[in-house]
Amino acid sequence: MTRFLSLLLPLLTFLSSPARAGEVTDFVLDNGLQVVVIEDHRAPVVVHMVWYRVGAADEPAGKSGIAHFFEHLMFKATDDLESGEFSRVVEANGGSDNAFTSQDYTAYFQRVAADRLGLMMQMEADRMRDLIVSEDQVITERNVILEERATRTDSEPGALFREQFNAAAHLNHPYGIPVIGWRHEIEALNQVDAQAFYETFYAPNNAILIVAGDVDPDEVQALATTHYGPLQPTPDLPVRARPSEPPQLAERRLVFKDARVGQPYVMRRYQAPERDSGDQAEAAALVYLADLLGGAGATSVLGRALQFDTTTAVYTGASYGATSLDDTGFTLVVVPAQGVSLEAAETEMDRVLSEFMEQGVDAAQFARLKMQIRASEIYALDDVGALADRYGRALTTGLTLEDVAAWPDILQAVTAEDVMAAAARLFDRRRAVTGWVSAGTEEAAQ
Amino acid sequence: MKRLLILVVALFWTLPARAEIAIQEVTSPGGITAWLVEEHALPFMALEIRFRGGASLDAPGKRGATVLMSGLIEEGAGDMDARGFAEAREALAASFRFDAHDDAFTISAQFLTENRDAAVALLRTALTQPRFDTDAIERVRGQVLSHLTSRETDPMAMVSDRFSRLAFGEHPYGSYSSGTPDSVSALTRNDIVAAFNGAIARDRIYVGAVGDISAEALGTLLDDLFGDLPETGAAIPDRVEFSLGDGVTVVDFDTPQSVARFGHVGITRDDPDFFAAYVVNEILGGSGFNSRLMDEVREKRGLTYGIGTYLIPMDLSEYMIGQVSSQNDTMAEVVEVVRAEWARMAQTGVSAEELASAQTYLTGAYPLRFDGNGPIANIMVGMQMQGLPLDYIATRNDQIMAVTLDEANRVAARIYDPEALHFVIVGRPEGVSSTE
Repeated sequence: MTRFLSLLLPLLTFLSSPARAGEVTDFVLDNGLQVVVIEDHRAPVVVHMVWYRVGAADEPAGKSGIAHFFEHLMFKATDDLESGEFSRVVEANGGSDNAFTSQDYTAYFQRVAADRLGLMMQMEADRMRDLIVSEDQVITERNVILEERATRTDSEPGALFREQFNAAAHLNHPYGIPVIGWRHEIEALNQVDAQAFYETFYAPNNAILIVAGDVDPDEVQALATTHYGPLQPTPDLPVRARPSEPPQLAERRLVFKDARVGQPYVMRRYQAPERDSGDQAEAAALVYLADLLGGAGATSVLGRALQFDTTTAVYTGASYGATSLDDTGFTLVVVPAQGVSLEAAETEMDRVLSEFMEQGVDAAQFARLKMQIRASEIYALDDVGALADRYGRALTTGLTLEDVAAWPDILQAVTAEDVMAAAARLFDRRRAVTGWVSAGTEEAAQ
Repeated sequence: MKRLLILVVALFWTLPARAEIAIQEVTSPGGITAWLVEEHALPFMALEIRFRGGASLDAPGKRGATVLMSGLIEEGAGDMDARGFAEAREALAASFRFDAHDDAFTISAQFLTENRDAAVALLRTALTQPRFDTDAIERVRGQVLSHLTSRETDPMAMVSDRFSRLAFGEHPYGSYSSGTPDSVSALTRNDIVAAFNGAIARDRIYVGAVGDISAEALGTLLDDLFGDLPETGAAIPDRVEFSLGDGVTVVDFDTPQSVARFGHVGITRDDPDFFAAYVVNEILGGSGFNSRLMDEVREKRGLTYGIGTYLIPMDLSEYMIGQVSSQNDTMAEVVEVVRAEWARMAQTGVSAEELASAQTYLTGAYPLRFDGNGPIANIMVGMQMQGLPLDYIATRNDQIMAVTLDEANRVAARIYDPEALHFVIVGRPEGVSSTE
């Protein structure tokens, strides 16, 4: 009891701090837990997140889906809480909680009134080391995950295609395995797998705590030391080294047909470098390239050529996943207009890309984009949860706080020449995967 | 020991935090009203604008006209074509989003303080001088048709469309607001201009503004933006009653997992029982992980990834629905569990513990919604459309807490009717067939 009552006074004083947004403080506990505090005093709310440096790409071979499966099990019983009690206590305190898993990280978060932070830490610290992984829970939750896979993947032809597409892009790296897992491997996951995974990876020296909102960094440090400080680190934590890709020597192509596809499209992915610590310039140039080629339809290179100057496509887009632990992808998509074949759509896409490589960046478009990227930094400060995400993703993918702080300036320093040089290195068909998606009927494919 | 501590603390700390939102009502010199929250910490503002009516104003046979129009507002205005308009907006790093829902035409805008005047002037051009160029119409029509084609084989869309059709028939609520491939293909430029003239008028405006702007400057902005709009728009259609009786409708579709939507008539937003109904729905199928349905269908039986229920008080009708996905061979069991829970709620209502826990959650969660300029503007404009008073935010939690156990159970018996529940299921559910 006293541990919580004593917090009341300092809490009351820091609730009245002047409005500030986005100030960042960090420290590391003795057991290796890294802590980042982002202040935003505009509303009496806090986001409390724990990010683990383990994702689907860190799973043992043949155990696909275990990282995401484990994310579900974290809401079950611990030595102090019964199954489901974690979320019940969060809700009883007016908060919301959830979790997510990617190839590179698994994260747990609660949004709650700022004065409930200590309670969130107490419970989150409890389940970091003291979860009870029981056989019954494993079996019921495995069924939930098979339902999740049925809803989000097996019922969505686009999701099934992306699984095949990603698998084709990776001969050896586990990014080719879906985060949710292959169905036949999920069906075989068991209590022993789950226990082993938990004991190795759920530890303070493999985690990052991010607290964002109406909090005082000193107070967070005191609370974190109390709740997370006593936790034991995992000795000899495995180094995160995944099997890497051999050089890709030939383009890979897929023709994916599913009767449920309503609208055919063509997708092309090029293997691309990601943001590396201390070396983010190439990634910054690729961020611009994606926006220049496939940002807004009316002003992007692909949109103008295929949706405005001609009526080849109803939609075009480009995306680039800059924040990733290992090599990432730069992806283009063209959704052809009615009566335009996938072959014609792909030919047109390649024609536009080669014209872009000859003509270079439009200076006015580049200047507008730079303005938008600068403004997005101001808009981003309005959403403290998204800021917390930004730090969590960066710190679990090999970047440092310095890299995060430097990123806006690196983006502003990109020149049109940088973009063209990055594009020239990127667009090599030998390092591409191209997929055609259709219903498989002649009518839909024409 | 630690477990006991958590419970004690939870009880001790459940005094609901209050949202401290200082709303000013601003009336412009020209007579346009807006709600404003001044927040000068960041140099930008968010503006949420609603015009009541929206897609429900579509004329008979012109389904999809308002949505198509909303997609064309930014595709050329004044002396700018679509590209010129987009370039002007990008140069200001402003964002404008136009959309048409069943009950409103909506605009969401945000722009930096340094670019405010230019951004407002650009938005004004879009609202007063849209061009609706033929090439733009064909381009956006193609996008809408592509979207509609994809929906024809999307179980989630199929279940929603069939449910609406069965419940509301030929009324606009009975069909998808973007229309059908046939109706959209047949729309002419005149139809789009008519939709624009019907939807955007001063007699139906609601505005929420949050951010770096004073009341006086907002007054000027309102007149700049809306001063030249026509005084009146199209007549809002009549009310429609939810007309779907009990039963099951199976829509055959080859997919491993069925999707079900179920529901019956609901309760209006201004009904004196609304708060009690809202709390009871939270207990049955609310947003968290701890509703009865999540517990019974997901946690205990592992039959689904998620299940939820919703009160849907629209301007012209009111109903309540739930939605769930499950494998074809388990959907029959899900239907059984839902029916049983529906009946249990109607017959025995909720416990004192469930009521207290839902009240604590709802009152605690409420302040968390006010977490950014855009979300606050959005809440304020919604309040105005629902006719809620300026002090609603300060009193809303008290109204939730005022719901008693007797009241909750009386209202549960009033609104939940297992005899009226209708399930629409898309897929190939084993052991479930249509009742007619």
